[in-house]
Amino acid sequence: MNDFWIILTGALVAINCGLLGVYLVLRKMTLIGDAISHAVLPGIVLAYLVAQSRSGPVVLLGAAVFGLITTFLIELFHKKLKLQADASIGITFTWLFAVGVIMVSALSGNVDLDQDCVLYGEIAYVPFDLIYIGEKSVGPVALWMQGGNLLATAVLIFWGYRGFFISSFDPGYASGLGIRTGVWHYVLMGMVSLTVVMSFNAVGAILVVAFLAVPPAAAYLLTKSLHTMMAVTVAFGVISAAGGFYLAQWLNASISGSMAVMAGLLFLSVFLFSLLKRYFRKGKNSQYHLDPKPL
Amino acid sequence: MTSLEAHNLTVSYDRQPVLWNVDFEVPAGNLVGIIGPNGSGKTTLLKAAMGILPADSGYIRFFGKPIAEVRDRISYVPQRQSVDWDFPASVMDVCLMGRYRKGNLFGRLSQIDHEIAAEALHRVGMSEFARRQISELSGGQQQRVFIARSLAQQADMYLMDEPFAGIDASSEESILAILRELKSAGKTVVMVHHDLHTAIEFFDWIVLLNTRLVASGPKAEVLTEENLRSAYGGKLTLLSRVADLVKQQGFPLREKSTGD
Amino acid sequence: MNANLIWVLVGCILISTGASVVGCFTFLRKRSLAGDAVAHALLPGVALSFMIFEEKSLWVLFPGALLAGWFSLLSMEAITRYSKIKSDTAIAIVLSVFFAAGVVLLTRIQAMGIGTQSGLDAFLFGKAAAMLPVDIYLFIIVDTLLLLVIWAWYPYFKLYTFDRAFAASNGLPVRRIGFMLSTLTVVAIAMGIQAVGVVLMAALVITPAAAARFYSRSLGRMIALSATIGAVGAVFGVWVSYMAPAMPTGPWIVVMLSFIAVGSFVFAPRRGLWSRYIRLRNYQLKVTDENILKRLFHLQECLPGAFHSTFEIAEVRSFEALPMQRSLAKLLQNKAIEKSTGSYRLTPEGMVSAARVVRLHRLWELYLNKRMNLPLDHVHHDAETIEHIITPELEEALLKDLNYPLYDPHKSVIPGVMPPI
Repeated sequence: MNDFWIILTGALVAINCGLLGVYLVLRKMTLIGDAISHAVLPGIVLAYLVAQSRSGPVVLLGAAVFGLITTFLIELFHKKLKLQADASIGITFTWLFAVGVIMVSALSGNVDLDQDCVLYGEIAYVPFDLIYIGEKSVGPVALWMQGGNLLATAVLIFWGYRGFFISSFDPGYASGLGIRTGVWHYVLMGMVSLTVVMSFNAVGAILVVAFLAVPPAAAYLLTKSLHTMMAVTVAFGVISAAGGFYLAQWLNASISGSMAVMAGLLFLSVFLFSLLKRYFRKGKNSQYHLDPKPL
Repeated sequence: MTSLEAHNLTVSYDRQPVLWNVDFEVPAGNLVGIIGPNGSGKTTLLKAAMGILPADSGYIRFFGKPIAEVRDRISYVPQRQSVDWDFPASVMDVCLMGRYRKGNLFGRLSQIDHEIAAEALHRVGMSEFARRQISELSGGQQQRVFIARSLAQQADMYLMDEPFAGIDASSEESILAILRELKSAGKTVVMVHHDLHTAIEFFDWIVLLNTRLVASGPKAEVLTEENLRSAYGGKLTLLSRVADLVKQQGFPLREKSTGD
Repeated sequence: MNANLIWVLVGCILISTGASVVGCFTFLRKRSLAGDAVAHALLPGVALSFMIFEEKSLWVLFPGALLAGWFSLLSMEAITRYSKIKSDTAIAIVLSVFFAAGVVLLTRIQAMGIGTQSGLDAFLFGKAAAMLPVDIYLFIIVDTLLLLVIWAWYPYFKLYTFDRAFAASNGLPVRRIGFMLSTLTVVAIAMGIQAVGVVLMAALVITPAAAARFYSRSLGRMIALSATIGAVGAVFGVWVSYMAPAMPTGPWIVVMLSFIAVGSFVFAPRRGLWSRYIRLRNYQLKVTDENILKRLFHLQECLPGAFHSTFEIAEVRSFEALPMQRSLAKLLQNKAIEKSTGSYRLTPEGMVSAARVVRLHRLWELYLNKRMNLPLDHVHHDAETIEHIITPELEEALLKDLNYPLYDPHKSVIPGVMPPI
C-alpha cells in the first residue's frame, strides 16, 4: 500500500508539472521554470518557519509568491537594466537559491528541512504523513496536496486553453486582438510557482525541473496537436513515476532521482526513435556529425 | 474616407528613433504598399499602429478612431518567421484563431465560427490541408494560412508584414487574387512589401519610408526618381547622427508635456 | 595564520579566477545557462569515478567530471541539432536528467556504505574547508594552464567570441577554437565545484562576468574585473567556511557575488542606474536653464534691454516653481542673467548662450522642414527637444548642410549664423 501511495504521488507530481511544462516548452520558457523551482526555496523555508510543521499547505501558498518575484526580477534585469536574458535568469535564481540554502543550514535545528531534502525531496516518507478524519486515515497529506494542485491546474488549463494557445503560438497577433499577453504570462508563471512549491516536499528542486521539461519534450517530438501533447505528457509522467519507483528499489537509491532518470530514459528512446524515423525518411544521404556548441 | 492616418509619429527601438515625425493618410478601399530600404521602420510602423510597440509621440487613427475602439475591424498578419512553425497545431487550429476575440476567450467557439473559418480556408485554397500540421507546410502554404486566419476575422482593414517574402509564384498569385477581391469588396489592405519592382504592379497607393516619410500618395505620384533617390539613397546622415545622440543620452525624446 | 587556511584561500581564488575569466567568453556568447547544465552534469561523473576507483581525491574524480561535462555538451548539441527541440529545453533536459543520475548514484553509494559518502556531499554545495593541499596542487596546475592558454590564444578567442563568421571568413580554424573554449569551460567548471558545488556553480560563471560588463565594453578590462570580483567572492566564502564550518561555502560565495553584481548594476559609472539617474537630472536642469534663456531671448527680441518678471517668463511655458527658482539662481550665479527689483534680463554673455539655443532650435526646424519634408506646424515640438542635445560638431554640420541659412521656416531670423570667409 505504501508503494502505491508513493507511486501515485510521484505520478501526480509528474502530471502537474508536465501539463504546465508543455506550455513552458512551447513558449521557450523552460529555463524560467527552472529558475522558479530554485528560487522558491527561501519562500518555502519561511513558510515552514511560520507553520512550524511540515505540512502547512496554506502557508506554502505564500511561498509561491517567490516564484512571481523571480519572474518579476528576471524581467526587471532584462528589460530595465538591459542585461541579457540568460544572465538575468542565472543571477536571479542562483542568488535566491543560495539565500534559501543558507537559511536551511542556519535553521536546520528549528525547521524540519535539510539540504538533501531540498534537492531531492523525501517522497519515501509520503506514506507516513497521513491525514486523519476521526480514526480513519484518508491518505497521505502529500497526495491530497497534489490532488488539489491537479484540480487547480486542470481548471486553469481547461478554462484558459484558447488564451494560452494563442499567446503561446503568436503573441504578436494576440496583442493585435487586444489580448493581454503579459497577464497570461504571469498567470502561467504563478501556477508554475504554486505547483513547484507543492511538489517540493516530494521531489525537491532540481527534480521538479525534470518533470517540467522532460516528459513534455518527449511528447513534443511525437505529437501533432496540443491536446495530444498533453495526453502523452501525462502518460509519460505516469510511466516515469512507476518505472522510476521500481528502478529505485532495484538500485537501492533515491526514488525521485530514479523517477527523473526514468523520464530521461523515456526521452532518450523517443529521441532515438524520431531520429531513426527521420533518417529512413530522408534516405542515406544525410550528413550527421556531432559538434558540441562551443561554450 | 480615410482608413489609416499617422500624425507626427515617432517610435524608438532600443532608445533609438526608428520612425521620425511620420505623417500620412491612406484612403479606404485601396491596396497600399509601405516601401523602403531595410531598417527604414516599415515593420515598426505596423507594430506601432497595432499598439504592439509604444510610440514616443504622435498617434495613429483607424477610420478616425484610436485602435482600442476598432480592434474588431483591423486584422494583423505578422511576418511569417515571427512564429515557430514547429508548434503542435493544425491548419484549422490556426485559422480558427481569427475568430478569437478578447471577449470570447473563455467560452467555446460557436458553430458559425467554425463555418466562417472553414470558408476562409476554402478561399485561400487550403481546405484539404485543414487537419495538416503546420510544420508540414511550405512557405507559401503557411502564408495562405495566415491570410485565412485574417479573413476569418472578417475585418475591414488588413495590416500585413511582408506577406510575399519567400513564397512560391503560385501562392503569390493566389494571395494577390484574394487581396484584389478584398479591395473590390471595399476593404483596405496596407502591406509592408520588400520588393520595389513588384510594388509598382501590386499597389494603388504607396507610402515611401526611410525613417521619415519620403512621400505618400497614388503610386504614379510617389514613385518618381527624386523620391526614390531620397528614400533609397542612404540614410540622412545628419538625422542618423542626431538619432545616435538621442540613443547615447538615453533621454526621453519628448519633454514632459508643458502645454506648449 | 593557519597554513592550511592559506592553501585553501589560494585554491579558492584560483578556482574562482579561472571560472570568472572563462565565464566572460561564455557570457558574451550567451551560453551561460548551458554552463549551468554542464555544472549539474558533473555530479554523475564524480560519483561514477568514486564508485570505480573508491577514491575521494580530486585527481581521481576530476577526469570523471570532465568526461561527464563533455558528454553533457554533446548531448545538448545533439538534442538541438537532430530534433525540433529548442535550446532552452535541451539545457533543462540535460541539466535535470544528468543531475538526477548523479543523485541516484550518490544515494546508491550511501546505501552501499562505501566509505564516507558525506565527502561527496561536499560537491553539492561546496565545502572549501574540506580541500586538501594535494587537491590544491591540482588547482594550481590546471588553472595556471588554463590562464596560460587563454593568454596565448587570446586574439583568436576574442575574434571568435565577437564575430565568429568574420573569423571563419578570415581562415581561422573556428571549429578548433570553439572546441578549445568548450574544453576550457568544462575544465574551469569542474575545478570550481569543490568550492561552490554543482548546483550554484553557474553563478561563478555568470555573475562576475555580468557585473564586469557593466563597467567596461573592452574584453580585456572585463576579464580583469571579472577575475577580481570572482576572487573577492571566493575570499569571502572561505572566511565564512572557517568561521562556521557547518555552513557550505557555495551559497556564501554566490551571495557575495550577487551583492557585488547588483551594486554594479546600480552604481557603475555610465551604465549604472544611479549614474543614469544623475545624468537625467542634470539634463533636466540644463533643459530648464536653456528654456529660460530662450524665453528671455524671445522677450528681448520684442523689447530689447527690458527686464522681465518671473510671471512673464513662465507665461508661455508652464515652468514648475521650484525648478524655475533653482535655474534662475544658477543663471544669476553664472552671470548669464542679471536681476533688478525682482525682474531679470540677459547679460551679454547670457545673450550669446541664449542665441545659441535659439539658433539650434531654428536650424533644426529648417532641417526638418527642408530635408524631411515636414510641414511647418510639425517642426516646433521636435526642435524643442533636439535643441538641447545638438553638439557643436553637429551644429557645424547642420550649418554646412543647410548652407548657412539666415531664416528659419517661420521666417524668423536665425541668430548668430556666421558663414566662413
